[in-house]
Amino acid sequence: MSELTKLTLAAARDALKKKEISAVELTGAYLAEMAAGTALNTYVTVTAEKSMEMAKASDARLAKGAGGALEGLPLGIKDLFCTKDVLTTASSHILDGFRPPYESTVTANLWRDGAVMLGKLNNDEFAMGSSNETSFYGPVVNPWRRKGDATRLVPGGSSGGSSAAVAAKLCLAATATDTGGSIRQPAAFTGTVGIKPTYGRCSRWGIVAFASSLDQAGPITRDVRDAAIMLTSMAGHDEKDTTSVDRPVPDYEAALGQGVKGLRVGIPKEYRVDGMPAEIDALWSRGIEWLKAAGAEIKEVSLPHTKYALPTYYIVAPAECSSNLARYDGVRYGLRVEGRDITDMYEKTRAAGFGAEVRRRVLMGTYVLSAGYYDAYYLKAQKVRTLIARDFAAAFADVDVLLTPTAPSAAFGIGEKTDDPLSMYLNDVFTVPVNLAGLPGISVPAGLSSDGLPLGLQLIGRTFDEETLLRAAYAVEQAADFKAAPEAWWKA
Amino acid sequence: MSVDQKTVRHIARLARIAVRDDELEALEKELNGILDWVEQLGEVDVEGVEPMTSAVEVAMKMRDDVAVVQDLQKEVTRNAPGAEDGFYVVPKVVE
Repeated sequence: MSELTKLTLAAARDALKKKEISAVELTGAYLAEMAAGTALNTYVTVTAEKSMEMAKASDARLAKGAGGALEGLPLGIKDLFCTKDVLTTASSHILDGFRPPYESTVTANLWRDGAVMLGKLNNDEFAMGSSNETSFYGPVVNPWRRKGDATRLVPGGSSGGSSAAVAAKLCLAATATDTGGSIRQPAAFTGTVGIKPTYGRCSRWGIVAFASSLDQAGPITRDVRDAAIMLTSMAGHDEKDTTSVDRPVPDYEAALGQGVKGLRVGIPKEYRVDGMPAEIDALWSRGIEWLKAAGAEIKEVSLPHTKYALPTYYIVAPAECSSNLARYDGVRYGLRVEGRDITDMYEKTRAAGFGAEVRRRVLMGTYVLSAGYYDAYYLKAQKVRTLIARDFAAAFADVDVLLTPTAPSAAFGIGEKTDDPLSMYLNDVFTVPVNLAGLPGISVPAGLSSDGLPLGLQLIGRTFDEETLLRAAYAVEQAADFKAAPEAWWKA
Repeated sequence: MSVDQKTVRHIARLARIAVRDDELEALEKELNGILDWVEQLGEVDVEGVEPMTSAVEVAMKMRDDVAVVQDLQKEVTRNAPGAEDGFYVVPKVVE
């Protein structure tokens, strides 16, 4: 592995500023790693020429002592973010050939700060999945393997290209999105850090919509400091998204290292779910001990409606997706399959363009919103959602952050859960409630399973209190001292 | 509540997704599996609870009522599978 790609985002930033390395060298090193790492199927589009142009421009700015907070740092972009004139597919067949005439606000913020784009990262089709197996471009392979076992494992999803590329050092950091856990669960499966900020912290403008009341952008990175740096650039008010919040963006990096002395950490008792593997439970207990040793105060809290979060999510998210995906009709962009009349064209285009999971959710959403069923399903779910949010609000009257596992297991094998949608949905049992309540959450790598796979701990914070969340995450990271890395078998 | 194959066909029609006859049985089973599972929400007492309309409480923002004129016809239609003279082309809708 190239020495250059071993640097974290923060270290590369500092080395660029001191002119110890150049953006062109760094970008070239990543493009070489990407070319050697195609077996992981992380990138659906590589923008090598554009990458080198952006890197040269960064070097010119750095030479003058100028440049933004991310000047010259090569990033991977989840293919859910629209990038001007660069193929954007959401990993769906139905967006074949789509080159947006505009740039998403989040990626525009990154380029404003000088970052370099390496390419577009694979994900579950329209971000619907927990294993990156629903992509039209095929599954992403996790760089991690079980000890002495070459079984190909999933990188989590839906941001599986992002998590695998960061873990395999095929980019310095990546953008991702999280509707029910799609940043945090893949981060946990790959030994990386993933933060989903508060709903409204990042603009959703130009991000291919899945479930608009739940979708949020965030970064996947190698460590907590890098996550803080990325989030500082990605976040911010945008008049093009009325749900983006008009409050100043703090310097999140400055929040790190303030320690957790006196911080009140809640342990939600309902998260001790039946059948949770003993090693996940043990990891959680270690996390509690680490924070206690760092001076935090531990309190048990109750979130009584936790068990209803997943069924609530699987009404709300499909309902919103069926509405959002109505725009794919073969008229304005992407795939068209001709038919005998316009309705036949719509139906054939959508049948050919959507994969099985997307179709399932569109049908489910159409049903729960249809006449006669709206009150029984959708309205009921939105009321339960209020109760779930109230549970969190009550807990946050007593504590500052919550600590839970990120996922109920380590990464599983490709194909292991694809025949059973419900068992796949259960992966998000600890992450979904956070989206329903609009809260910020972060996953930090905290240890290895008995067969050598990374496991993550999740911290959940108060609305718009990403600073406290990152501070606590940094303390967990310091205590966990997670140094393991996957062997680069994909280069063989 | 559960769906039968006739309902699946109706939903697919509403969603404008063509479904083959040989796919109906599997779809019926999958959707009923999910519907059975979400049925547990019936246990929750939601008497007097307001449905959530916004994940985070924010006041709706207002902007100045000013028209923005942009000539984007070319950009807007350039990704269309069928476009002519800045318009989308679709199969004939009106006889």
